[in-house]
Amino acid sequence: MLPMMIGLGVIFVLFLAVAGWAIGIYNGLVRLRNQVKNAWAQIDVQLKRRHDLIPNLVETVKGYAGHEKSTLQGVTEARAKAVSAEGVGPQSAAEGELSAALGRLMVVVEQYPDLKANQNFLGLQEELTSTENKIGFSRQHYNDSVMTYNTRTQMFPANIIAGMFNFKQEEFFELSDEAERAVPKVSF
Amino acid sequence: MWEAIQSNIRRSRAIVVVMAMLLVVMGALVGGAWIGNLEGALVGAVAALMLWLILLLVSMSGGDQLILMSAGAKRIEKEDAPLLWNVVEEMTIASGLGTMPSVYVIDNDMPNAFATGRKPEKSAVAVTTGLLRRLNRDELQGVVAHEIAHIKNYDIRFLTTATVMVGAIVIIADIFLRSLWYGGGRRRGGGKGEGQAIFLILALVMAILAPLFANMLYYAVSRKREYLADASAARYTRYPPGLASALRKISGSAQGQRKQTKQSTARALAPMYIVNPLQLSARGGSLFSTHPPTEKRIAVLEAMSGGAGWLDYENAFKEVTGKGCLPSSVTRAGAGETVAMREASVEADPKQSAVERARVATDILDRFAGMLLIPCLCGVRIKAPAGARHQSLKCPKCGRSHAIPRAGEQPAESAAEAPKTLTHKRQGTGWDSFECACGRAHQISPAMKSGRITCPRCKRKIEITA
Repeated sequence: MLPMMIGLGVIFVLFLAVAGWAIGIYNGLVRLRNQVKNAWAQIDVQLKRRHDLIPNLVETVKGYAGHEKSTLQGVTEARAKAVSAEGVGPQSAAEGELSAALGRLMVVVEQYPDLKANQNFLGLQEELTSTENKIGFSRQHYNDSVMTYNTRTQMFPANIIAGMFNFKQEEFFELSDEAERAVPKVSF
Repeated sequence: MWEAIQSNIRRSRAIVVVMAMLLVVMGALVGGAWIGNLEGALVGAVAALMLWLILLLVSMSGGDQLILMSAGAKRIEKEDAPLLWNVVEEMTIASGLGTMPSVYVIDNDMPNAFATGRKPEKSAVAVTTGLLRRLNRDELQGVVAHEIAHIKNYDIRFLTTATVMVGAIVIIADIFLRSLWYGGGRRRGGGKGEGQAIFLILALVMAILAPLFANMLYYAVSRKREYLADASAARYTRYPPGLASALRKISGSAQGQRKQTKQSTARALAPMYIVNPLQLSARGGSLFSTHPPTEKRIAVLEAMSGGAGWLDYENAFKEVTGKGCLPSSVTRAGAGETVAMREASVEADPKQSAVERARVATDILDRFAGMLLIPCLCGVRIKAPAGARHQSLKCPKCGRSHAIPRAGEQPAESAAEAPKTLTHKRQGTGWDSFECACGRAHQISPAMKSGRITCPRCKRKIEITA
C-alpha cells in the first residue's frame, strides 16, 4: 500500500513540474508574439508621423520656392498615395515612392539659401531626418522581435509547445530590392 | 534580448543574496562579539537586516530625483534640444523600451551622461552640455543607446540595491571597529569567556574583509554590465564606430578637465556615468574600478568588423582580450543571427553642424538662466532677459516686431480655461504669426490660406480662416 502511495505521489509531483514548465514556455511564447505585434504597430505609427509632417514641410517650402510646382505636387501626390495604400506590399512601395519624392524636394531646396537659413525649415528638416531614422529603427526592432520569436518557436523544447498551440512563424519586414533602390541617400 | 535581461536579473539577484548573507553573518558576529552569546548573534543579525531595509526604503523612495538633483540636472522638453530629444526617441524605439525616458541636461562642460530609474516605465537620461557640444548625431546616438541599454537591462535597479547593500556592510564594519577603540574596556571586565573571544576575533576579521569583498563583487558586476550595455548599444544603433568615437572624445576631455566636476557628488555618482569622471587614465583597470578601462571598450567596439550583433561583440571581445564577457544565454539566443552594420549618417557640413550644436547647448543654458528665446521668421533667434519690461521687441535684422511672452504673469489655469478649439483670422496674405492660448507662437506661411493646425505644445486644434 505504502509503496503505491509513494509511487502515485512521485507521479503527481512530476506531472505538476511538467505542467508548470509547459505553462512557463507557453507564456513566454505569447509574450514574444505580442512583442512582434507591438513592434509592427510601431512601424505604422512612424509612417503616419511622416505623413503628418509633409503638409507642413510643403507649406514652408512653398513660401520660398512656390514656383517649384511639379516637385511639390509630386510630394503631395506621393503622400496621398502612401496614406491610402493598403497591405504590406503596396504600402511599402508607396512609402518608397514618397521617400524618393522627398529626396527630389531636398535637392531642389539646395538652391534656396534663404529657405535653408529659416529656423522653421531647419526644425522640419531635423524632424524629417529623425522620422526617417525612427521608421528604420522601428523596422529593425520588428525584425529583431521576429527573429527572437521565430528562433524560440523552432528550438527544442519550446517547439513542442509551439506546435501544440499553433504558434506560427512570423514574416520579416523586408524591403523589396526595387523599393529599396528607390530610396535615395538623402544628405541634409 | 529577453534572455539577456533575464540572465542579468538572475545574476543581480544572486549577487544581492550573497551580499545579504554577508550582511547577516556580519551582523551576527558583531552582535555576538558585543553581547557574548548566541542570542546576541541573533539580535545582531536582525538588526543588520533592519538597517538594510531602512536604507533600501530610503533609496527606493525618490532616489531618482535625489540623484538628478545632486548632479544638477534640469529637465528639458523637445523644443529645447530637438536633436537630443529625437535621438532619445529613436533609441527608445530601437530598444523596444515602450516608454520614453525623460530627458535631462546638466550644465557641465565635461562630456558625460548617465541614466536613472528603477523600472523602464519611469526612467531618465541625463547628458551634460559638454556632450551636446562635442558629439555628432552618430556619437550621441551611441551614448544614448548605451544609457537606454542600462535602463532596459535593469542595471540601475541593481546598482541602487547593491550600493545600499555595500553601504550597510561598510556602516556595520565601521561601527564595530570604532566600538573597539572606545568601548574595549567594558568587555574585558565582563569576563564572559571563550565564546565571546571567538566571536570577537571572527567579527574583527569579517569587519576588515567583508567591505573589501562586497566592494569587489559590486565592481566586478558593474564592469560586466558596462560591456553588456556597450554590446546592446552597438546592436541598437547598428553602428559601433559611433559609440567608440564618442568614448574617445569623452575620455580625451575627461583627462583635461577633471577638476570641473564637483568632487563629492562625482564620487557618489561615479558608477552611473558612461565614463567614470574620476578615473585618471583611460588605461587603468583595477579590481576596484566601477568601469572597464575605456581604451579596452573602444578597442572592442572598433574590432567589431562586419556586424553589430551580440555574437559580433563577443567575437571582437575575444579578439581583444582572449576571453568572452557576455553571458552565454545572450550569445546562444542570438546564435546564427546576422546583424549587418549600417553606414555612417551623412553630415552635409560638419563645420556648420558643429556651430549649430554649440548654439543649441548655449540656448539650453540661457533658458535655464530664465532667458526668453524668440525665433524670428527671417532666421534670427532673439534672446531676451527674463525681466524684460518692453511689450515687444524688434528683430535687428528684418525689423519684424515680436511680442514678449510673459511667463510669470500667465497662470497655468488660464490655458486650461481656454476653449479646446481656437480660430485665427488671417491678417493679410503674407507671413502671419499669432499666439495659441497656451502661449506658443505660431507662424503661417503666405501659401497657407486656410486650414487647421495642431498646436504641438497643448495639442489644441486651431482653425485658420481667411
